[in-house]
Amino acid sequence: MKDLKLADYLSDNPEKVPTRYGYGDGLVLLGEKYDNVVVLGADLTSSLCTDRFLKKFPERFLQTGIAEQDMTGVAAGLSLTGKIPFVSTYGVFCTGRAWDQIRTTVAYARLNVKFGSGHGGISVGPDGATHQALEDIAITRTIPNMTVLVPSDYHEALKATVAAAEMQGPVVVRFGREKVPVITSAETPFEIGKAEIYREGTDVSIMACGIMVYEALIAAQSLSLHGISAEVVNSATVKPIDSATITASAKRTKAVVTAEEHQVMGGFGSAVSEVLSQNYPVPVKMVGIQDQFGQSGSPSELMEAYGLKAKDIEAAVKEVLKLKARER
Amino acid sequence: MPGNSDRDLDSVANVIRQDIIKMIASAGSGHPGGSLSITEIVTALYFKVMHHDPANPQMEERDRFILSKGHACPAVYAALAECGYFPKEELLTLRKMGSILQGHPDMHKTPGFEASTGSLGQGLSIATGIALGLKMDTKKNKVYCLMGDGELDEGQIWEAAMTAAHYKLDNLCGIIDRNGLQIDGCTHDVKNIEPLTEKWKAFGWNVMEVDGHNICDILTALGRFSHTHYRPTVIIAHTVKGKGVSYMDNEAGWHGKAPDNEQTEEALQELTRGCCK
Repeated sequence: MKDLKLADYLSDNPEKVPTRYGYGDGLVLLGEKYDNVVVLGADLTSSLCTDRFLKKFPERFLQTGIAEQDMTGVAAGLSLTGKIPFVSTYGVFCTGRAWDQIRTTVAYARLNVKFGSGHGGISVGPDGATHQALEDIAITRTIPNMTVLVPSDYHEALKATVAAAEMQGPVVVRFGREKVPVITSAETPFEIGKAEIYREGTDVSIMACGIMVYEALIAAQSLSLHGISAEVVNSATVKPIDSATITASAKRTKAVVTAEEHQVMGGFGSAVSEVLSQNYPVPVKMVGIQDQFGQSGSPSELMEAYGLKAKDIEAAVKEVLKLKARER
Repeated sequence: MPGNSDRDLDSVANVIRQDIIKMIASAGSGHPGGSLSITEIVTALYFKVMHHDPANPQMEERDRFILSKGHACPAVYAALAECGYFPKEELLTLRKMGSILQGHPDMHKTPGFEASTGSLGQGLSIATGIALGLKMDTKKNKVYCLMGDGELDEGQIWEAAMTAAHYKLDNLCGIIDRNGLQIDGCTHDVKNIEPLTEKWKAFGWNVMEVDGHNICDILTALGRFSHTHYRPTVIIAHTVKGKGVSYMDNEAGWHGKAPDNEQTEEALQELTRGCCK
């Protein structure tokens, strides 16, 4: 296995940083590197860490007020003058409120607009269901021309933000609010469209995106103590999904569990299932939000209550292994 | 546009009207009413006011035109063909499989189109973004955005109106095709948008009202726009839906319907007799 220069994620006290910091710091790097990167905000500047860009490049930060549909259209117009605009707001508003603007004005015309879609997932916590983006992956990945990135930690969020600017066309980068374990390092490879095997295994493949990659790695470690060898695939690009890596892993293990902090309907698990059912059908179990809205609570309480912890992945692995055994 | 300054703009508008009828009749569907109401506005912009070059559609110094009411694209397609962006024969492929002239504009298929529009209410935001980008680069290009009056029901228009005024975009000119009709009837009955002038003024815009079928009036207003500073301009152009074809004149029923052969013949005869004024 190639050395991915991962962090010591199995430590009892891993370093924890919010993925939104990666977005904020990625934008600053971009601002330094490219004169035409501009950042748009809708009254959530410090919450999304876009204040880091604002402080350094005030003339390239544009406030549209609480008007996400207009912000998206303005970004479309800016891209038509050669700018690389980053639309920044919470995922529910970014991808939901302005979905038609994204679809028809931006994606149909393949405009070079980037979407920083914050507060992804149920780990948003006490703000409750209205502010927890749980459908954003599903509703953006169905749009033609769209690229959808769901980074797993700070470093990956930073690299995804930079990579989004360096490709042509619309991109959604999803990130979260809470501090989450740092599992990669600045040296860990990241490429749009490429899934990486973070842990090799032979009995089952756990395919994850976002902060569920950490839970998958913890689950795999725990399973290994019970004699189950689990492979962990980090698929930070949900679209275009890395069919080759996913299919090859399924061919090796012949059983798959997907894990996402998002509705299983239409989300990452569905994307993996679309690949496998057409290329190499194997039993699949999906860990994620099961067709429910969230609620207020602490992030850890919610992750627990909605079945998004390592132990839930372990349980799904055991179920999928039963299905695998039955097929033999 | 250079080379057209001496051409009789009313006769250009008449040719565009005839093309609109021919195109929509040939397509068997489309939106004649709102295309006929914007004909003089489009003529004034493409044949007199805007700096653009059909031989070089991406010319950096070009002024930008955004058709927010994308369904009225036949009028703009006809103007673009008349300018020479593409051969006039293409006009009869409107809405047909493989055509460069989609039912609603696709900027990648039609040379000269700056944005893909059709979902109403979005054009003014696009135009605002373009105007902002040009200002950031201290460019002198002007940006024009043509909206329908029914389209003003959309909240995003008013979001954009605030953004454009906030950024003092005096390089942006909105034009409203105030024909008073939308699919379900009079704009007054569907959802009253008045008092329109006062609304735009309250939103911080320089507002002018013109007879949208009088090219001289339109040119005067557009001239004043270019001398307005520190705020965006909107021209409320009072128009008649279906203008120039007697049986379509002010009839909401002709918003999105193609004329049959007989009706087409009648419309073209009226227009060739020049009774469109």
